[in-house]
Amino acid sequence: MNLIKKNKIYWLTNIASLLLSVSVNSQNNDEQPSNYQDAVIQDIQEFRDFYTNKFPNIDINEFKDGVYAIDEKSREQWLEIEEFAPYEISVEDGEEAFGQNFANGKSYIDCFPNVEDGIRQNYPYFDTQTNQVITVELAINQCRVVNGEVPLAFGKGKLADISGYISFSSREKTLNIKVPNEQAYESYMAGKKFFYSKRGQLNFACADCHLQIAGSMLRADILGPALGHPTGMPVYRSKWGELGTLHARYAECNKNVRAKPLELQGESYRNLEYFQTIMSQGMQVNGPSSRK
Amino acid sequence: MTISRRNFFSSLGTSAVYLAVLSSLPSIAWAKWNIKAFTAPNLDAAIKVNYGDLPIVDSLMVKLKAPSIAENGAVVPITVESKLANTKSISLFVPDNPTPLVAKFNFSENSVAKVKTRIRMGKTSEVIALVEANGKLHRAGKAVKVTIGGCGG
Amino acid sequence: MKIRVKAKEKNGLVDAKLLIKHPMETGRRKDKDGNLIPAKHLTTITIDYKGETVFDAHMGTGVSKDPYLSVSFKGVKGESFEISAADNTGESAKKTVEIK
Repeated sequence: MNLIKKNKIYWLTNIASLLLSVSVNSQNNDEQPSNYQDAVIQDIQEFRDFYTNKFPNIDINEFKDGVYAIDEKSREQWLEIEEFAPYEISVEDGEEAFGQNFANGKSYIDCFPNVEDGIRQNYPYFDTQTNQVITVELAINQCRVVNGEVPLAFGKGKLADISGYISFSSREKTLNIKVPNEQAYESYMAGKKFFYSKRGQLNFACADCHLQIAGSMLRADILGPALGHPTGMPVYRSKWGELGTLHARYAECNKNVRAKPLELQGESYRNLEYFQTIMSQGMQVNGPSSRK
Repeated sequence: MTISRRNFFSSLGTSAVYLAVLSSLPSIAWAKWNIKAFTAPNLDAAIKVNYGDLPIVDSLMVKLKAPSIAENGAVVPITVESKLANTKSISLFVPDNPTPLVAKFNFSENSVAKVKTRIRMGKTSEVIALVEANGKLHRAGKAVKVTIGGCGG
Repeated sequence: MKIRVKAKEKNGLVDAKLLIKHPMETGRRKDKDGNLIPAKHLTTITIDYKGETVFDAHMGTGVSKDPYLSVSFKGVKGESFEISAADNTGESAKKTVEIK
């Protein structure tokens, strides 16, 4: 893809990380985390610049509203729905579920003590102990399992409602995703590669629709810019009639390009979410959101 | 004693009798839910069950707001308002739905004849509002397109 | 069915927004095994204020899932009004709301 060729930083850092992994076999304790945080700054800036150039009349902070930032007619309908959005019921259900005790007497608040102060803006984070990206949804189920409860189904339903409650309590907080070490950076790069790679019978990359031709129409849909995609998650799709997570949407989108949908909360989608959220660094959490 | 509209219509004879009785109806008759109205399979039947043979006139005093292209046919935001005095009720119809009568809103003198709701449209259709006031049905309509998405599926 | 309400008074008019959790099953949808899911939908929503009905809505399957209604009626801050909702299977709910 031309976009990748143009992105010299992508190749430079790719080679750099290859060299690093060859020359340094074991953990380098002298590595400063800020190197990797700095390494993504350039990507973030270039990503943002692409959209602010493509949509010069849209303020950077408006991209959190997705399609509704770039299309007046659908924005009108969205505002009507937002007068009393259906997700408010889901948030209430999620809050109720969050407050329920587990069989062992503990509850979610023990895992997420600061939920009322807003925590969504820190997700997903890279867990340096287990070397993996942890999303809100994964953290919710981890909390359940640690406390002897059966994990909830990913995608929709009770877990999505709890995620919705967490997002709602974190509204207006700004995304603050850390890239603490080399492994985190690798996960970031894996997510980035996913975003730019072609897949499916229709041979589309996420970047094709949501970057290169964002704002154009695909049949009767307007393609939303990827900048700001994760801010409004989970999403209440009119089509679903309920809240669904970002990974539920990833799976749907993959199916739409005739690609096999991957495992919800599997490594690929988590890395993709990590990359996407880093690209929206500094934007406001405004989930859950309504979409068509 | 209030007379339910359903019982009233089923006992009607000629329209002359109907018109004569209408003016002596109490201003508010909180009718029971009418299954016949809501299961009527076409627009004409739905109107007839609800209103008998009340004359229908187009009216600019009935404001109907609906999107020209619905984002999703399952959730179409509608605003309907009657600027007519003595508005008794506002009904919403989607003629191309399997059962065209969507909702009927009844007002007292203490409520405002303006309602917002969200309706379902199975396919592209007109949305029609009928306002019952002063012995007539005042009509407004708006065409709403319902499309199949591309990436939304 | 849960009834959620936002009610604000301004210049003697209460602007009431209702959101009622309800599947509004049309009776035309099929489940995974191909069987029709029975119709379950709200039939009436009534607003009573000071002992009198000021508004009611009758509906069928044409109203969206989790029905939304926005209506206004004459009222005063600090007073309460009652919302009743009923569906075609005999389920019902009531909620008393204070006007803000």
